[in-house]
Amino acid sequence: MKKVYLDYAATTPMDARVVKAMTPYFRDKFGNSVSLHSYGQEANIALTKSREKIARALSAKPEEIIFTGSATESNNLAIKGVILANKDKGRHVIVSSIEHHCVLNSAKWLAKQGYRVTYLPVDKTGLVSSAEVKKAIKKDTVLVSIMHANTEIGTIQPIEAIGQICRQKKVYFHTDAVQSFGKIPINVEKMKIDLLAASSHKMCGPKGTALLYKRQGVRLEPLFHGGGHESDLRPSTVNVPAIVGFAKAVEICHKEMTKEQKRLTSLRNKLIKGILKKIPDSHLNGNVKKRLSNNVNIRFEYVEGEAIIMELDSYGIAASTASACSSAKLEPSHVLLAIGLKPQEAHGSLRFSLGKWTTNKDIDYVLEVLPKVIKKLRKISPFKKQ
Amino acid sequence: MYTPKVLKHFRNPRNFGKMKNPDGTGKVGNIVCGDVMWLYIKVGKNKKGAEIVKDIKFETFGCVAAIATSSNVTDLAKGQTLKKAMNIGREQVAKTLGGLPPVKMHCSVLAVDALAEAIHDYLSKNKKPIPADLLKRHKRILKEKKIVEEKYKDWIGAEEVVQKKGK
Repeated sequence: MKKVYLDYAATTPMDARVVKAMTPYFRDKFGNSVSLHSYGQEANIALTKSREKIARALSAKPEEIIFTGSATESNNLAIKGVILANKDKGRHVIVSSIEHHCVLNSAKWLAKQGYRVTYLPVDKTGLVSSAEVKKAIKKDTVLVSIMHANTEIGTIQPIEAIGQICRQKKVYFHTDAVQSFGKIPINVEKMKIDLLAASSHKMCGPKGTALLYKRQGVRLEPLFHGGGHESDLRPSTVNVPAIVGFAKAVEICHKEMTKEQKRLTSLRNKLIKGILKKIPDSHLNGNVKKRLSNNVNIRFEYVEGEAIIMELDSYGIAASTASACSSAKLEPSHVLLAIGLKPQEAHGSLRFSLGKWTTNKDIDYVLEVLPKVIKKLRKISPFKKQ
Repeated sequence: MYTPKVLKHFRNPRNFGKMKNPDGTGKVGNIVCGDVMWLYIKVGKNKKGAEIVKDIKFETFGCVAAIATSSNVTDLAKGQTLKKAMNIGREQVAKTLGGLPPVKMHCSVLAVDALAEAIHDYLSKNKKPIPADLLKRHKRILKEKKIVEEKYKDWIGAEEVVQKKGK
């Protein structure tokens, strides 16, 4: 059976060049990067080079990159770490209402500790308004956290404008760039970013490693306490093979970015247009223009997302849904509710996320299968058009 | 996550579609929560003269488990006496599917509730005696419906729009 993976926003397969770059660091060059002997030195050189490569891709300094175990960890460290280290500055945090759960739940945890949290609304396409950010900043605001590009609907936020405002108001600005790093050029200097999280496995690198960029001078309290690795901000034996792989993935993504983004945008547009044309009562969620090159999120009336996913799976197509039935808590996606969808509209929403190995033939196959699947499920649904 | 039996019913659901002039209809669930089941029955008599579920159909908006439990309950009920059909329990629906994920057990409740409501509808429309158990269940289902409607009252108006548009 033909297999079409369109869930690159969840995770990606590793690039063979990444695997090759990592391989020596499992057995031959296995040292602990803080050991003094030659094994340690070898690992430390690899770590330093990887840090330099990744820093360059962000226009940051190498010492501003902290390696962590996941983007969830990076976001937790950024938000809690800054707040805990800047208690003298204030007790107020601003986040958007469509952040990833690791940001929202970190904010909720802070609220439990007595901090004030403002959840900024978004418009119907998922955009945060920089004017709203400006309005929300109070005297005691410490941190603003707005994601670069949204996980579910791919909307790209005006982070440069938000960064400017935060810098003027002397408030720290953090951005979760998990979905955008490697796809959109990021310049932390130009965009006035103080903290940024990115993850390796979303860009054809290995799982289990991620980064937090922390601008020099930003005060941060570590969440773990240990033996000095990563400037004591994230002590733990450093995962050298994964970081080497991460750096290789970053290098490849940045070298191929322009060409690859052009290719993906054209496939994305073909998929969106094809679905909207072939399937009645289907609607695009998110922003048409300010959208990740690989994100397609469509709402189908009268049917439920989990059923669509499982039906597509029987044709070898992997996509994702944020419908209530597919979540452990049986609640519809907070992102889709925030852009103004009703719960019943959120139930029938589907995300396709394209990536490095997505081909034109894959898109054709989806456009052939999907109308059949929706038609079949609508036949079973009581709400179909008659 | 789903058993092969669940997937079989989901991929090839039995007895789905609208029924013309049903003798009884059961409508349960709420689109806001993500599962809606409509179940229709036609009532006939067996050789002994007892009333049976002669034909049965369903329409479901919902996930894999919702579609599979709807399909399964129609299979279990078809040809059974009304008395037996109204006593089909959620455990039986789940067990004959080889089990359901814990978070999806409520789908089996919806499926048996839809059947009970269809039988209740038939009995009350034809002014036939309604067993105490069934009446109690009917009242519980109505009460639950009210609770959900109260919880989501901001959204219920939109549901009516969707249903009108859909019908």
